[in-house]
Amino acid sequence: MLDPNISRYIWTHTKRQQLWVLAVVAASMIPYFLSLNLPKQIVNGPIQGDGFADPAAMQTFMQISFDVPWFGTVSLFDGVQLDRLNTLFALSGVFLLLVIVNGLFKYYINTYKGRLGERLLRRIRFTLVDHILRFPPSTFKRLKGAEISSMVKDEVEPLGGFTGDAFVAPALLGGQAIMALAFIFVQSVPLGLITTALVAVQALIIPRMRRRLLVLGRERQLTARELAGRVSEIVDGINTIHSYDTSNFERADIASRLGRIYKIRFDIYQWKFMVKFINNFLASVTPFLFYSIGGYLALQGQLDIGQLVAVIGAYKDLPGPLKELIDWDQNRQDVQIKYNQVIGQFAVDGLIDPEIQAVSTERADGKLTGPLAAVNLGVTDDTGAVGLDRVNFSLMPGESVAIIGNAGSGADVMAEVMARIVWPTHGQISIGAADLHALPESLSGRSITYAGTDAYFFFGTVRDNLLYGLKHAPITDLVFEGAALTQRQWEKREALWAGNPEFDIHSDWIDFEYQGAADMTALMPSVYAALDAVALTRDMFDLALRSHVNLAEHGDLKAKTVEMRRILRDALTQQDLNGLIEPFEPGTYNTEATVIENLLFGNARTPELMAGAIINNPYFLSLLKQRGLADALFAVGTEIARNAIELFSDLPPDHPFFQQLTFMRADDIPVYSIVLKKLDKSATSVTESDRAMMIRLSFDYIEPRHRFGLLTPELMTRIVDFRTDFHGGLPANLKDAIELYDPEQYMVSGTLLDNMLFGRISQKYRDGVERIYAVAGGVLRDLGIYETLLSIGLDFHIGAGGKRLTSVQRQKLALARALIRRSDFYLFNRPLSALDTRTQEQVLISALKYLRRDGRAPAVAWVISHAKFARLFDRVAVFERGRLVEEGPHAELLQKNGIFKDLISA
Amino acid sequence: MLLNDEVKMLKQVPLFAGVSPAKLKLLAFTSERVSYRSGDVLCRQGDAGDAAFVLLSGHADVIVDGPTGQIKVADLEENAIVGEIAILCDVARTATVKAATAVEALRISKENFFKLMSDFPEMTIEVVRVLADRLSQTTVELSEARSRVAELSKR
Repeated sequence: MLDPNISRYIWTHTKRQQLWVLAVVAASMIPYFLSLNLPKQIVNGPIQGDGFADPAAMQTFMQISFDVPWFGTVSLFDGVQLDRLNTLFALSGVFLLLVIVNGLFKYYINTYKGRLGERLLRRIRFTLVDHILRFPPSTFKRLKGAEISSMVKDEVEPLGGFTGDAFVAPALLGGQAIMALAFIFVQSVPLGLITTALVAVQALIIPRMRRRLLVLGRERQLTARELAGRVSEIVDGINTIHSYDTSNFERADIASRLGRIYKIRFDIYQWKFMVKFINNFLASVTPFLFYSIGGYLALQGQLDIGQLVAVIGAYKDLPGPLKELIDWDQNRQDVQIKYNQVIGQFAVDGLIDPEIQAVSTERADGKLTGPLAAVNLGVTDDTGAVGLDRVNFSLMPGESVAIIGNAGSGADVMAEVMARIVWPTHGQISIGAADLHALPESLSGRSITYAGTDAYFFFGTVRDNLLYGLKHAPITDLVFEGAALTQRQWEKREALWAGNPEFDIHSDWIDFEYQGAADMTALMPSVYAALDAVALTRDMFDLALRSHVNLAEHGDLKAKTVEMRRILRDALTQQDLNGLIEPFEPGTYNTEATVIENLLFGNARTPELMAGAIINNPYFLSLLKQRGLADALFAVGTEIARNAIELFSDLPPDHPFFQQLTFMRADDIPVYSIVLKKLDKSATSVTESDRAMMIRLSFDYIEPRHRFGLLTPELMTRIVDFRTDFHGGLPANLKDAIELYDPEQYMVSGTLLDNMLFGRISQKYRDGVERIYAVAGGVLRDLGIYETLLSIGLDFHIGAGGKRLTSVQRQKLALARALIRRSDFYLFNRPLSALDTRTQEQVLISALKYLRRDGRAPAVAWVISHAKFARLFDRVAVFERGRLVEEGPHAELLQKNGIFKDLISA
Repeated sequence: MLLNDEVKMLKQVPLFAGVSPAKLKLLAFTSERVSYRSGDVLCRQGDAGDAAFVLLSGHADVIVDGPTGQIKVADLEENAIVGEIAILCDVARTATVKAATAVEALRISKENFFKLMSDFPEMTIEVVRVLADRLSQTTVELSEARSRVAELSKR
């Protein structure tokens, strides 16, 4: 556990470095003192002429000799003889030298302290996260993630800064202050006494006044932490907030918290500047006394001018260290409070022994034999509610057991206890002869695989999350050379200094050999099989097809995709489905595509050519007019508007039918009808912008879908002709603004699906997409890009907590993640509750089959959501009110008139 | 076939005969035009009914799963409507409809149909009238059938 006293904690971990830096500080005192004495020598000697009464007088400079007791004077350097002016320059030169030496000392000490502080900060942060990893599970019921992370990230930050100063600052500053004070005493005892008195007042009053600042500081810390917690709650609960319209309640809460924080911070400022004012005042009163009393003494002849100048000079150096010393003390108390706050939160009883989580590259298979058994097991939660009551249950190696029970029956608690997620209150879980909770996690966490209802996913791709359950320990020792080796050695050394483990995150954390594969590539087929088992393959395909692919990463995918266009079409033709995709052909109007798609025949890459804005593009518009298409499309648009108004004008604006009206919004209808009325009066009364609006309306028209009968063969031919001219005369500034549809080229601006179909799916066939999928699967395999596509799907980024996946996909992914692990025991806790019953059964069957592949025979306990699935298991265990009430093979339980029968018939 | 032609076809469906052309046009516009090849299944017995179909061209067979296999119980031609019962009262499809030739159909989804009925009561009244006609006809046929059964059992 962390030491409750911050100074002791720092001392324990940085003793040697602190002693070293103290020694350096002590050494730095010598040039510092010399630099204090020098001004007096310069003023009294060369400037005032002391010892230079005769213009030709010379003085010895730089004589270095020591008086050694019982030995006499040892002279190292006899010195040189200098006259008055040269002495002035020589002494000034020495002064400059001392300034530089002092500066260098400061530089070294500061850098050293900084490094010391950063190392300790790293140590504290790591220790805190290590503690989180070792908290007993029940702790997490009362923790807010954001508050804990704000402690690790922000609240310990000042501790790092303080570390370097913890011992050095009082030594250095205290030393300087005492030195300066002593110097003043040597010059003049009365002035020394005055200074001491004022320093004493400062040192007594200021810390007292600052005590209130500490209290406020603690409040500030707590409120800021709570704010962090609330903000993350808002993020996590955003759907609840939206659906219950409580956003303003949240606003009020945040505003009131910010108000409190503001008040605390403002109080801090007020008080801080008040203290500063008094401090400054006391510090400036002293020179006043020096000038008045010191001046008086000098006039009286009790003090020479040189002494007075030196005292004032020395005093200039006194308030600095003194103030910093007071600041240091303040900082110490502040940091101590913060530190206590943080470690108070992290002082949890029953922390998991580090030994249990020790890293181990040893394999777990075969280490734990015998049944996973609960003996007289009881679980009571912190409210006293009973989860399990004196349960005896065992899961024999190789058998499959269905655990069943209604909500609150204890069935799910049973699975959680066996998975070590919930700790038992009475009794124990044993695995063979060993107590499960005494085993290292490297054994239990690999021998036992658990998947529950709400699995957590980490920020990353599907692949990262799928393989997450395999990353137990760094398996390979990477070999480093040259700069990388130096870097790695530095990493290791620093990790050691800061008490961090030196595991290499870039090592292979997956034991491929144990997974039965040589490397990642060889592992993937079994991963894909698991995806098949949980019916997630199709989702992965969808994700891949809807993505814009980075072609450089996938070798010949580009060429294969272009090839696929033809092969897919042939395959469809073979199945008499040739009308399903209407391909883009340069010389033909694609009736399943919109008018604008046919005009441009390419993907717009810049906003100026996108559907909404293209009508304002001068090149496009002028060509449209030149070809007479402006008038023709204006007529088409007008007809569309007439039809739309006829169809929809009776409907209220929020009517769901408006969704069918892809080219118009409900509130556009009055606008269009005004234009139509104008047009009916006289064709000349419509403005240019009215015309543009109507032409714009024609762009989204698809004849087979909207069926207004507006596209004549002649118009279609003219549109195709326009296309050629448009591409041919493209001005330089638009060259890159559009990517043309070219049957022989991959379109970078399109998704993978766009590129494979290279056409539009016909509206005519119901389930067209499904039929294409059915055909495409085979084509992809023939082309050898099936796995490439799956792999692209696996690269999909699932977002925070997997929120970019649906709840069904998340559950399937969680199950697949569990299936690909090689364990002796598998525990599933209603892992498919988001799926419909039929799919649940399919997935359950294929998952059991997957686990038994290659002659493996792990034990499986599955908490099932429907009693009818029980027949798929060797044995059934029925729970009710925390107790195991019935147990036995499915057929046997059906015979009994017990609870199982009730569950089946329910 | 264009929207206006579809409206003419709908007009000939007894269920929609009394509905104004403007409403039929809206119904047609919000419905899907679908094509089936010969042998394709429009809807399958036992599935949830989510749409009715109006045949615009081609023929389709209505097939029921019997104890001895599939039995063709009816033949659908142009202008026929099928599946309207399933969307009116949440029951599963009572029969399978299979295209006998290439079929063009209008697929009227349940939501759109209900939405139109609730927005335009006059349409609902027409539909109710047609259904009531059918019911009374069925009732007559049923009582005839019963009396025949009674006569047969008397012998």
